[in-house]
Amino acid sequence: MDPVLDNLDLFWSGFLRSLGIAAWAFAGSMVLGAVLAVFRVSPVPVLRAVGTAYVAVVRNTPLTALLFLFAFGIPTLQINASFYVFGVCGLVVYTAAFVCEAIRSGINAVAPGQAEAARAVGLTFTQTLGQVVLPQALRSVVPPLGNVQIAMIKNSAVVGAIGVGGELFSVYARLSSAQGYERLPVLLGVAAFFLLMTLPAGALLAATEKRLAVAR
Amino acid sequence: MNGVLFDEPGPRARRRTRIATAVTVVAVLALVAAAVQRLASTGQLDGDLWAPMLDPSSEEFGPVWDIIGSGLGVTLRAFAVAAAASLVLGVTIAAVRLSLGRTARIPLVAAVELLRGLPVVVTIFLAGEVLRLVDSGISTFWALVLGLTAYNSVIIAEIVRAGVVALPKGQAEAGLAIGLTPGQVMRSIQLPQALRAMLPAVISQLVVVLKDTALASIVFNDVQDLLYAANRLRLVLDNSLQAFVLIAAIYIVLCVVLDRAAVWTERRLSRSRPTTTAAVAPAEETVTRV
Repeated sequence: MDPVLDNLDLFWSGFLRSLGIAAWAFAGSMVLGAVLAVFRVSPVPVLRAVGTAYVAVVRNTPLTALLFLFAFGIPTLQINASFYVFGVCGLVVYTAAFVCEAIRSGINAVAPGQAEAARAVGLTFTQTLGQVVLPQALRSVVPPLGNVQIAMIKNSAVVGAIGVGGELFSVYARLSSAQGYERLPVLLGVAAFFLLMTLPAGALLAATEKRLAVAR
Repeated sequence: MNGVLFDEPGPRARRRTRIATAVTVVAVLALVAAAVQRLASTGQLDGDLWAPMLDPSSEEFGPVWDIIGSGLGVTLRAFAVAAAASLVLGVTIAAVRLSLGRTARIPLVAAVELLRGLPVVVTIFLAGEVLRLVDSGISTFWALVLGLTAYNSVIIAEIVRAGVVALPKGQAEAGLAIGLTPGQVMRSIQLPQALRAMLPAVISQLVVVLKDTALASIVFNDVQDLLYAANRLRLVLDNSLQAFVLIAAIYIVLCVVLDRAAVWTERRLSRSRPTTTAAVAPAEETVTRV
């Protein structure tokens, strides 16, 4: 395991940069996904159509193709940004579709009587959703949403492949090709650092699920 | 649920809906207009960037679609092999895990958890290295298939296991009571029901397999799949945006066809067995596959 131990500081900074990508993508996809979910249940047919179309298109596109489109297609429109920004944007756009579906399934899981009662006392759509349905949906949303975000962390590895630089994927590229280390040990090091992100996230999710499950 | 969140609209709500509709339509149109304007001003709508791919009378049209066609072939072949292997292996892993005792299954559970926690790209890279150790002449196509299978069989195993666990206890008990062995109970009673109940989740995982074949372009430079075709086209024709949009559209069509096939199969199955399936299938399962 020398290649890993010799370059532990490189791995560590790569780990932190990958974590940064995941953190930005987490925040961005939660906001965009929540907006899309509200679109998909709103009383305005056009908004519903926009949400449905977005999910249908993005969910069926490979993340790799989407990232290539962002990294190589968008610059032809003379919109320029770093690969880091394009990568995070691609990951946000992709993950938001899944966040939207997770939130929507949570909204659907709230007993219809709740929303009916809210309407019966005269609450508007916004009030019904914001004060009655969403707070309860939060509980059933946690497991699918957590799984989506853990998948996002794993997907962030793909972001590195378009050439962001500095994160775990490029650590692998740098050590294995440029510095000529054996590829397998370096790869196992990268794998270990990804597990360092996903396994605690999974444990955290399981613990949260357990806590929330009590009341049901 | 939609009908539950808001009342049948009255005159004021209808007016609000009309206003919101108008605002949305204007916003979407503005967005589209801005995009088109941007595309036009940067010359991305020029005919010669699209014609080789879309205009049959263009002389490049034939060669371009030959490249796309062979890419499609590789993508579909990788998908078919990886999907079939993942299904078989996934069901096997689930059955073994359920049959083993609490301590005996620890190594298996650990392996499953590790594979689940790794990004598929890393798994494919690892598969490539492992295969290279075994036989340096082996094609990277098989490394892709192995990586995809290793990851997805574990996910499918978890789905199937959830399906078996969700079955009423009486199913297995009845099987044992009439003298079937535990293995027979698993094979002829539990697994068929679990698979049927979990079919939507399994199929949406297969859509993931299809999409993940595109990772080949990142890991290997010689698996000539659909995305590889896009990269080749954009380098020759100098039309990155157009090539990726077209290829993304092809992926979307493939995934939607697969998805429709799933819905159709599900309908057929639930028609023939109306009672048992509905009770076990957790609908949310399908949205968590990313």
